[in-house]
Amino acid sequence: MSTNKLDQLYRSVIMEHYKHPKNKGVLENGNVTIDMNNPTCGDVIRLTMNVEDDIVKDVKFEGEGCSISMASASMMTQMIKGKTTEEAVKLAHTFSDMMLGKDMDESIDLDDLEALSGVAQFPARIKCATLSWKAMEKGVSGESQ
Amino acid sequence: MLSKDIRNHFPILDQEINGHPLVYLDSAATSQKPTQVIETLDHYYRFDNSNVHRGVHTLGNRATDGYEGAREKVRKFINAKSTQEVLFMRGTTTAINTVAQSYGRANVSEGDEIVITHMEHHSNIIPWQQLAKETGAVLKYIDLEEDGTLSLDKVRETITDKTKIVSIMYVSNVLGTMNPIEEITKIAHQHGAVMCVDAAQAAPHLKIDVQNLDCDFLAFSGHKMCGPTGIGVLYGKKDLLNNMEPIEFGGEMIDFVGLYESTWKELPWKFEGGTPIIAGAIGLGAAIDFLEEIGLDAIEQHEHELAGYAMDKMSEIDGLTIYGPRDPDKRAGLVTFNLDDVHPHDVATVLDMNGIAVRAGHHCAQPLMKWLQVSSTARASFYLYNTTDDVDRLVEGLRTTKEYFNDVY
Repeated sequence: MSTNKLDQLYRSVIMEHYKHPKNKGVLENGNVTIDMNNPTCGDVIRLTMNVEDDIVKDVKFEGEGCSISMASASMMTQMIKGKTTEEAVKLAHTFSDMMLGKDMDESIDLDDLEALSGVAQFPARIKCATLSWKAMEKGVSGESQ
Repeated sequence: MLSKDIRNHFPILDQEINGHPLVYLDSAATSQKPTQVIETLDHYYRFDNSNVHRGVHTLGNRATDGYEGAREKVRKFINAKSTQEVLFMRGTTTAINTVAQSYGRANVSEGDEIVITHMEHHSNIIPWQQLAKETGAVLKYIDLEEDGTLSLDKVRETITDKTKIVSIMYVSNVLGTMNPIEEITKIAHQHGAVMCVDAAQAAPHLKIDVQNLDCDFLAFSGHKMCGPTGIGVLYGKKDLLNNMEPIEFGGEMIDFVGLYESTWKELPWKFEGGTPIIAGAIGLGAAIDFLEEIGLDAIEQHEHELAGYAMDKMSEIDGLTIYGPRDPDKRAGLVTFNLDDVHPHDVATVLDMNGIAVRAGHHCAQPLMKWLQVSSTARASFYLYNTTDDVDRLVEGLRTTKEYFNDVY
């Protein structure tokens, strides 16, 4: 089998996040909780955040899902911690553009997230990558439960 | 085993996916269509297309003959007594909803019981949940044995004199379990309950005889049995259907219409409001012809052998868990599994890169996933066009998957 295309999807950074996720767990002092699932596959995520003065002070996630959804959640929590809610939403939009293969705002540093760019080649997996981001957007926009 | 030549009837199988010849192992989701069915649909739209039961012109007659002819094919296929007992619907989901909304609402009230099992897929859970909510009835689940089968003892414990409806799948789309429908129906009837059978995974694979089963309702879809999407069947016993009200009202299903009162056509048309699924029904008829030329017994035997072969080969893979009964005699032609700690989505993607199509997810059976204590699984489901070569490709693909994730972890 040629693994070239697969290697674009399963980059080592992704597998590293999957094996050793960052910010895993539930935030005890969180003021925002979002549960989200992907009804077509059964992946679930619970995102807890502490948002004060429009700044994401802290964030954790737990859930069950494939390597792509869990790695994406791990990266997402890393990226948005300390950012303003506006910056976090902007990042989510940039990430979404990357998934859909659209032109991206190049002023934004995607860091580890670049590793997920290969997901765009696997249309069936885009929803896996965007699950945690959608949860985060819902959370910072004040739609928490 | 059936001849490998059967594959030649399915043009879609003759293609490469991601640089590899396609191995289609997702027939439990939807089956592929033989040339015979594709050409029947093509012919209908090219030469016969017209509305049914109203045109006095030649095309109208052809369409009506085709549509009603298909009903007769379905009647024979399931051995119903009369074509009045064969209702064309969109699919299994619509059929079960019709039973719940029509029979259910009229016959179930507060304190009554509806009995289903933990292995049902969503189409045979939610209509009953809704009916229970609307009527104040109690929805009861028959627990499964450890190997994913039903024991008749537990069936007897769960069904009581309060039970009004029992609705159970014939064959599980996840576990592959074949349920003892005939025995369960007897138990239901002893308590005065009606028996509804979800035959979505049975109709494509084994000979169904509704008179032998003595079930009151039976539902299945065309697209899982070589037919088109959007067509399915609800079988119901004539006495029951005669006493049931339609759930869709409008054109085609009426007899006389007054300003404030109307009457309905007789069976089966009173349940087929609107312009019916004409091409779909004719296509389903062609699918039935195709399956019967090969023989349902031969198809069942073929899949049985294939699933046995697959279970043996797959068991040799370290870290692979197979769900459902291990006894091949208790199961149908599909194998649901998980591979180590590789998520089923990741398994499915690697297999897809090797040209192998499997299903990954919860298979529209979330309560069953909970029972299995997994969030999702992968599933390889077989049909008459699959061969041992396909199974070998799957096994090779699974070994590749394992190696790939061992390396990247």
